[in-house]
Amino acid sequence: MSDIAVDVRGVSKRFRLAHGRHNSLKERVIHGGRTPHEDFWALKDVSLTAYEGETVGILGRNGSGKSTLLKCICGVLQPTSGEVVVRGKLAGLLELGAGFQQDLTGRENIYLNGSMLGMSKKEVDRVFDAIVDFSELEEFIDGQVKFYSSGMYVRLGFAVAVNVNPDILVVDEVLAVGDERFQRKCIERVKVFQREGRTILLVTHSPDQVRSICDRAVVLSHGDVIFEGVPGEAVRIFREGLLEEEGTLSIPDESPEPHPPTIVPKGTPDVDHPVRVTYVAKSYPRFEEVEYLATGDSLTIGVGYHASIATDDVVFSLELRDADDNCFMRTDTDIMGLRFDLPVGPGLVNFVVDDIPLLDGTFSYSIGILSKGGILYDWREPAGTFAVMSPGKDTGFITMPVRAWLLPPEPEAIAQMAPEELDNLRRLGFGDEDSLRPGA
Amino acid sequence: MAAEAAGFTPREARGNKVTRVVSPTISVRQRFKEIWLSRELLVYLVRTEIKVKYKNSVLGLVWSMISPAMTLAIYFIVFQVVLGNHMPNFVIYLFAGLLLWNLFSLGVLTGTGVIVNNAGIVKKVSFPREILALAAVGSACVFFFFQSIVMVIFMIVLHAGPDWTYLPLLVLALITGVVLASALAVLLSSINVYLRDTQHLIEVILTAWFWACPIVYAFQSNIGAKLGGKRDLLWVYFLNPVTPLVLTFQRCIYNKVAPVAYVKGVRTTFAVLPLHGYLWYTMLDVGVLALSVLLFFVALAVFGRLEGNFAEEL
Repeated sequence: MSDIAVDVRGVSKRFRLAHGRHNSLKERVIHGGRTPHEDFWALKDVSLTAYEGETVGILGRNGSGKSTLLKCICGVLQPTSGEVVVRGKLAGLLELGAGFQQDLTGRENIYLNGSMLGMSKKEVDRVFDAIVDFSELEEFIDGQVKFYSSGMYVRLGFAVAVNVNPDILVVDEVLAVGDERFQRKCIERVKVFQREGRTILLVTHSPDQVRSICDRAVVLSHGDVIFEGVPGEAVRIFREGLLEEEGTLSIPDESPEPHPPTIVPKGTPDVDHPVRVTYVAKSYPRFEEVEYLATGDSLTIGVGYHASIATDDVVFSLELRDADDNCFMRTDTDIMGLRFDLPVGPGLVNFVVDDIPLLDGTFSYSIGILSKGGILYDWREPAGTFAVMSPGKDTGFITMPVRAWLLPPEPEAIAQMAPEELDNLRRLGFGDEDSLRPGA
Repeated sequence: MAAEAAGFTPREARGNKVTRVVSPTISVRQRFKEIWLSRELLVYLVRTEIKVKYKNSVLGLVWSMISPAMTLAIYFIVFQVVLGNHMPNFVIYLFAGLLLWNLFSLGVLTGTGVIVNNAGIVKKVSFPREILALAAVGSACVFFFFQSIVMVIFMIVLHAGPDWTYLPLLVLALITGVVLASALAVLLSSINVYLRDTQHLIEVILTAWFWACPIVYAFQSNIGAKLGGKRDLLWVYFLNPVTPLVLTFQRCIYNKVAPVAYVKGVRTTFAVLPLHGYLWYTMLDVGVLALSVLLFFVALAVFGRLEGNFAEEL
């Protein structure tokens, strides 16, 4: 961990955004050799260090300079100022199969691509079978690459790149390609790389990947490093930036569109809809500051209503849906054992979810007011959304407290163990053979 | 150099890691080193280019011999049959000059477009990009080899033996031609990225250049005798660095300075090659080689300056 593998020292990269490029002599002459342009700094004095054996994730929105940074690290682009020092053999996966020649066969391309990534023929010979094996293209390896499907193409590209035996692997969002099984295979491979103590730089759009794979993460925004540190925090900052800039996730909570409240003059009895929703609002810790809640926070959803007729036994329901609109939870006040007999007039019902177990995502909630018999008085669907960000390392959909501990073998097995095996057992902390369960 | 190259194998690299610096400027020395380390890639690229060029064609590499043979046939018909040039073994004379010219012009021409045509690789994969230009010259060398075989066959059939004493000079001229073509290919390929006219311009220039070399006409009777008189403007003709190389090839392969033949029963002397000896050829060739090497350094330096923005200009 002590040695620096990739050292990015104050790298800036300027792009000239030309207003109509003048690539022909005529145009150059007309414009006196000058091309009208605007300077655009894709990277502004970016410094970044990756130590040997470390996996560093790079997060950033489109156009934040991630890919430019990777290209500078790989040497495809030269920085305008600053320098990148790379110690060890680097394999860049900027685009899978980028160096493939359409007219050559898979076999020929493996040699060509391997050579481009800095391998000698002998080295390719040695890993050739592993490449073919990994890409699962045994039958097609002697076919021309132009007849490959895009999936096959990508598989071959990844297989070559991971088999060049690099000290440093630079991956640009390529893990998002291929079918799910192959993706898993790629990620497995990346994890093997980690165990072997190689350095990995990973650009990804998936915060889950950053959380589960990376030791450290960097967030880029408009060519600046705005954060460098633990992955969970980086993901949070990345998300925050996303929310701030796009603002698309903050659907107005009050008076959602699908059901504009019919204006009922106050006091006018409405037999079909004796109780109506007037507003729905949400609240959570730090509501004023951020547009998301953290896993484990409490969420309060308030339902304002107006009863035009005194109604007994009113039931308020709450439904939670995920981004794909699958309802994953539904409850109502009747199930909770509550009985609301509402007098005429306005009022408010609060749903409070303590300790939200959800991981990252945006979720929506729907509200319904109905009679105990199931007659719907009014509803809001969706009534609003909320975003959750997980500060932890768990991935998936929800998190639950999980405990684990190591147990010694069964006493009968211990009785038959050789002395050195018993020594091993003691080393694991099972001091005497009788203790079955250490303080769990 | 060999030791450095060996240090690049991963097993050793694991222990003693190669440090690479990506910075706005890379020294010419560093460029040389990287080209040397990528020499195997050069071989692959040459092989790829040739394979791709003749993939799915029935005759394949035979085409690399057919098309110059056709050119040869046309020049032969035009000059010897139509225009009545009676130079003995004119085919060999033509072939000797064309051989070098084809190598040079093909290398320069394909080399010029090579960065633009391989934009996909240049933008995505990191390797010394000069290799692409060198590979273009490399494949021209392969075609040269195949054409040489055809020429040897011609020589055997026509009983025209070369001047073996000039063989070392032929090799020198060949190396010089390769270096000169490489220098121009590297230089022009990088300029072509910014100024796409270069590709078209070079085509035109090469056409004129061809006629500025004594390939289809005899040097001595047409140039040497006329420019070399009192005013001595011959040096103007020798501003063309390819001329000495072509002459060296002809001197070695054609092996006749002033052949004698009977034209319609009249004994005629053909003044073909300059009336100079070994030293004259050597000096000229060495001079051109020095120039070519210098140009190659300049080309690498220019390429290095322009390379930084390739990925965004393509």
